[in-house]
Amino acid sequence: MRTINAADITQNIKEMCIEANHFLANDMDRAMKTALAQEKAPLGRQILGQLQDNLKIAGEDMIPICQDTGMAVIFMEIGQDVHIEGGLLEDAVNEGVRRGYTEGYLRKSVVSDPLIRENTGDNTPAVIHYEMAAGDRLKITVAPKGFGSENMSRVFMLKPADGIEGVKNSILTAVKDAGPNACPPMVVGVGIGGTFEKCALLAKKALTRPVDQHSAVPYVKELEEEMLNRINQTGIGPGGLGGTTTALAVNINTYPTHIAGLPVAVNICCHVNRHVTREI
Amino acid sequence: MERHIQTPLARDEVKELHAGDYVYLTGTIYTARDAAHKRIQEALDKGGSLPIPLENNVIYYMGPSPAREGRPIGSAGPTTASRMDKYTPGLLDLGLTGMIGKGRRSAAVKEAIVRNGAVYFAAVGGAGALLSKSIIRSEVVAYDDLGTEAVRRLEVRDLPVIVVIDCEGRDLYETAVREYCTE
Repeated sequence: MRTINAADITQNIKEMCIEANHFLANDMDRAMKTALAQEKAPLGRQILGQLQDNLKIAGEDMIPICQDTGMAVIFMEIGQDVHIEGGLLEDAVNEGVRRGYTEGYLRKSVVSDPLIRENTGDNTPAVIHYEMAAGDRLKITVAPKGFGSENMSRVFMLKPADGIEGVKNSILTAVKDAGPNACPPMVVGVGIGGTFEKCALLAKKALTRPVDQHSAVPYVKELEEEMLNRINQTGIGPGGLGGTTTALAVNINTYPTHIAGLPVAVNICCHVNRHVTREI
Repeated sequence: MERHIQTPLARDEVKELHAGDYVYLTGTIYTARDAAHKRIQEALDKGGSLPIPLENNVIYYMGPSPAREGRPIGSAGPTTASRMDKYTPGLLDLGLTGMIGKGRRSAAVKEAIVRNGAVYFAAVGGAGALLSKSIIRSEVVAYDDLGTEAVRRLEVRDLPVIVVIDCEGRDLYETAVREYCTE
């Protein structure tokens, strides 16, 4: 058994919220530079160039990359030999978000009720996903999610007979409907299988996988490559203003499902695709 | 084509703008997004006065991140325009000549743009740090309680935007995508 203090969790989450909103993850940084080198449309190149300038200004002047600093989505992988002391885990996480968004000059974009819509003033609560793991470590991933792209995400409850073609059509439909609204070049997270809520979570988690790392399952890797190609043939391009770079990656996660179903979730993310992971 | 344009934006100036033009805006513009549009509409429905002048003005769909000390504003990029579509035709009919946002507009908004000789610009989504450098002053003029969603008067200098829907109804999102589509 290893003891972790709640205050350490708070401090780490605070720092991770600020880091994710000012500095692009290394995998995304490489992908955006490659996109600029490969884009064929002149306006597309100009937009990708602006995004490079934007990243430089964000890091040097500590101005968030995007004004939508997101709702804080947090994955907690908890080793089952970890004991947390000094407070409730959920409170520690939300306190980290509160401090990160307040002290880090990040935008407060959360309303306390979806219909009454009063801003909570500190960007809490976070959306927290807990997962148990082996060992005595705590792995935290902070992935603040903007809603320009979140709003364009979809769940499709396909029939088994729809098969892989149905999955491909679902991904293309979601991407084309998203178009310029989702701030392309986008990253497309896909969850296939499980249940209604499980496939959505698979898709969300797929966005935290590095964009230069394919699925370990051979047919899924092939599907990721094929869909990236096809998405980049749509012509949507950077900013949705035409071009050959519409997506930087398609990351697909799968899970066993029911004999009667084929759930598919498509979680679309913008070109910032914030994600920071730490292990404590 | 590259152009430098002053705001407030007169209708005869709008006529010169074509979908695809790269435009640098200088002058006064106003911010309003979801919650502010809802309140403006409620004020109109009740016959009340509006917090900002609409005639020949430009609205930027934007809610900034907080400004650090000594700076006019935080990160300041566009939000998705289609969420304002419900309110936009009415505002265009009352004299609004320009909007800055990102993403597609509804058929009703396009019709209102053509009917009123207005223009829809896109700023690059996710470039809020860069765009903030073109904002030299920011002042909350209404709905302070809405926080980031309050209405702000901005002084901008060479704010880079792209004409997406011009006053004749040409839509760059449709034409440019067709050009690069190889499906």
